Amino acid sequence: MFTELSKEEYQRYSRHLILPEVGVEGQLKLKNAKVLLVGTGGLGAPLGLYLAAAGVGKIGLVDFDIVDYSNLQRQIIHGTKDVGRKKLDSAADSMLDINPHMEIVKHDVALTSENAMDIIKDYDMVADGTDNFPTRYLVNDACVLLKKPNLYGSIFRFEGQATVFAYPGGPCYRCLYPEPPPPGLVPSCAEGGVLGILPGIIGVMQATETVKLILGIGEPLVGRLILFDALAMKFRELKLRRNPECPVCGDHPTVTKLIDYQEFCGIPHAAPGLEPVAQGTEIEPAEVKAKLDRGDKFFFLDVREPHEFKIASLPGTTLIPLGELGKRLAEVPQDTPIIVHCKSGGRSAKACDLLRQSGYKDVLNMKGGTLLWSDKVDASVAKY
Amino acid sequence: MRTRQRRPKKIYDTRKNNIMAKILIPTPLRQFADKKDSFEVSAATVGEALGQLTAAHADLKKHLYNDEGKLRSFVNIYVNDEDIRYMSKEATAVAATDTISIVPSIAGGR
Repeated sequence: MFTELSKEEYQRYSRHLILPEVGVEGQLKLKNAKVLLVGTGGLGAPLGLYLAAAGVGKIGLVDFDIVDYSNLQRQIIHGTKDVGRKKLDSAADSMLDINPHMEIVKHDVALTSENAMDIIKDYDMVADGTDNFPTRYLVNDACVLLKKPNLYGSIFRFEGQATVFAYPGGPCYRCLYPEPPPPGLVPSCAEGGVLGILPGIIGVMQATETVKLILGIGEPLVGRLILFDALAMKFRELKLRRNPECPVCGDHPTVTKLIDYQEFCGIPHAAPGLEPVAQGTEIEPAEVKAKLDRGDKFFFLDVREPHEFKIASLPGTTLIPLGELGKRLAEVPQDTPIIVHCKSGGRSAKACDLLRQSGYKDVLNMKGGTLLWSDKVDASVAKY
Repeated sequence: MRTRQRRPKKIYDTRKNNIMAKILIPTPLRQFADKKDSFEVSAATVGEALGQLTAAHADLKKHLYNDEGKLRSFVNIYVNDEDIRYMSKEATAVAATDTISIVPSIAGGR
């Protein structure tokens, strides 16, 4: 427990100290606070940087990922020099560079039902910057069970959502969305894209709520869901209510310990963050290349969007975006084997399902999409 | 936060005056609605309004409703700032100038 600030800290936190709502007392609250950031990506980056700058004394980071070039468009806690490093190390370096008067605890794991309670219990609150439904529900349930506020933010393309869950008396994530969408119906940012600045806005809102909760000032974002639309540059606010029948935070909870969240979200078991395993048959990019080289007859279908096709395309493909496939089945031959690809294998798996449901018999999903093709067959195909 | 005031009995017919309620379509669903971000309806209830939307954009239907024709549990519908689950669900009355929001769950963060 810190009871005083150093001379250097007085200078560093001067603009806080002269705010009557913060002052030395508030700054000491920040210094004694313990916040867990789940994920050091798009949302975790601004959260980590601003909470470090604000003087939060202990910040835990949970991540198992490596910095990739495709992260740098938005994950401003990592730099070009960090590509290939662990995100944990890169994030910790950036934060300690801003503020050495703090402790960073690195949790080099994926958050799971087995470790979540143990990790979260040592913190005052949790900021959720994850990127998949199973972990969202896991963080929510663990926060409700441990009575730790959950600073929630999520993003997609040009839109974001933010609120505070699991605050005493307030609603939780399951009150808002009792069930997750079936796997694949809602695309991830890797599939759907995201405006790089968007996680900055939503992550800073999460950071703002974190600091307010620690200081005990203002009106916390509890029972209110903020929707942000970057294209319209509009914020809207919707009311959230605690559902008395909520299975986790309701009056008669039925979920009293953590469950299997992969199963809850209908995902076959795989490491969190990975694409769900495609149903049915798959084919390796190298095999497809061999077929092309041999001149085997097959219909090579690309189900990505036209703007993606312009960035990278594979030889001999026909482009029909997944969203149009249902209407354009006439363009897919009935008498030829079909191989479908996309960017990473998720959309093409859906296209395969659709084709099989429409009576196509010989349909294969090319594993790993253009990304794996670039790794295994032809490095000149751009990765994006 | 101001609570939504119950409006007095309608004094005009939305259809005759051509005053319409607006449905806001969120980004993930725009691809199934000819890329539109909103859709105007003249409807008395939320159910009717969504019916008009899915009649015009059939591809949206399976994203909003399950096979039994019920609203999917990861799609929330709001009239102005109120969740229809806490009003009269799909029978919730809609007045002209109301905004109906479709708020699907999104999970992105990286």
